[in-house]
Amino acid sequence: MGMRIVIAKPGLDGHDRGAKVIARALRDAGHEVIYTGLRRNPAEIVRTVLDEDATGLGLSTLSGAHDVLIPKICKLLRSEGMNDVIVFAGGIIPDYDRDELFSQGLRAIFGPGTQTKEIINFLQDVNSRKENGEPVGVGEELGWHW
Amino acid sequence: MALVVNVEEIISNAIGGNRRSLSKLLTIIESGKSIPTNNLGAWTLGVTGPPGVGKSTLIGKMIIEWISRGEKVAVLAVDPSSPKSGGALLGDRMRMAISDANDLVFVRSLATRNHPGGLTSFLAPMISLLSQCGWTRIIIETVGSGQSEIRIVAFADRVLLVEGPDRGDIIQAEKAGIIELADIIAINKSDLPSAQLAADSLRNSLSLATETAIEVCLVSAHLGDGVAELVESIELIKTDSNRDTIRFRERLLSAWDSRLISHPQFNEIIRALSAGTITLDEALEQIS
Repeated sequence: MGMRIVIAKPGLDGHDRGAKVIARALRDAGHEVIYTGLRRNPAEIVRTVLDEDATGLGLSTLSGAHDVLIPKICKLLRSEGMNDVIVFAGGIIPDYDRDELFSQGLRAIFGPGTQTKEIINFLQDVNSRKENGEPVGVGEELGWHW
Repeated sequence: MALVVNVEEIISNAIGGNRRSLSKLLTIIESGKSIPTNNLGAWTLGVTGPPGVGKSTLIGKMIIEWISRGEKVAVLAVDPSSPKSGGALLGDRMRMAISDANDLVFVRSLATRNHPGGLTSFLAPMISLLSQCGWTRIIIETVGSGQSEIRIVAFADRVLLVEGPDRGDIIQAEKAGIIELADIIAINKSDLPSAQLAADSLRNSLSLATETAIEVCLVSAHLGDGVAELVESIELIKTDSNRDTIRFRERLLSAWDSRLISHPQFNEIIRALSAGTITLDEALEQIS
């Protein structure tokens, strides 16, 4: 079952080859992908998720600002009442920053070398968890991540 | 789940200005459920044209102009679903930078999906809903490359055809029959030298027809040149009865199509046809 997923590039980061590859792979896996384009701020990204009624949000960041931007986006989603949105990230995110991001409600982080198939598997897993009523959203109970 | 919540309550929240409720309702309509809406004379514009001529970028600039005139602008941006995977890449809103930050703009990307009867059966309720929620300018954007796209823009009360400075595109549009539906034509990328030539030759070719003249505007979505004038011309469009007739013809055909495709024996009849047990005439008989 296809999902509606926003793929976003937060902050001052001009590299979107990765985001485009992911967008394409998700489309080929049957999902509807809305790509935001480059250099969006957290409020713009959250507005896009809201207007598009997306189930998932994938954030691609290679600029090193992930530890500021991703928590901001997660908080904004919660304050807008979008607790059920599934947030995942990819790009250059060092291991030592990851636990903090998971504690913000992020459910997966994909680093360089990840096969697109893995991301699709993650979404399938998330979907079946959601159907079973397990917490997967950004504002839902923490504990599980990919 | 949010979907089982009282739909009427969501509607009243949406009409009260809650974006999340509006957004959820559009999803509900798209999932094929009908919701009570009434069409109170929505203002609609269809925007179409070949891929890459700058439709989304131009809409982005027109939105700014409409906002400065005190309007609230909603855009339904339609892109095709992949027939193979059923997925879709929806990238129109990235060209409308203003859409992500302004309370006076609402952009929703729609995939054509493999809906029975296509997307067209959902457009009318979506337009009514947006209008009820206070959106005063409703724009439907689609790539103008075939019959199904013509049917999508035919749901708008006025149609803008966007063309590039390359004459070849215009021939394509003429072939597709979109020019017949257009109330106004914009040649985009007027910052390129060939645009003036394209506009001249298009005006020339349109003047060969004896019906009412269609205005041809030169714009540059990139620089913003001519956008205010284009919006002014769109506001002044008085659609003529010929084009109204074509529009209603397309709407009726879409409605007929979706009724046909959702007929309970549709697949059965197709199987019988391919097995050679019935003829086309007999099939029509069974359906009607």
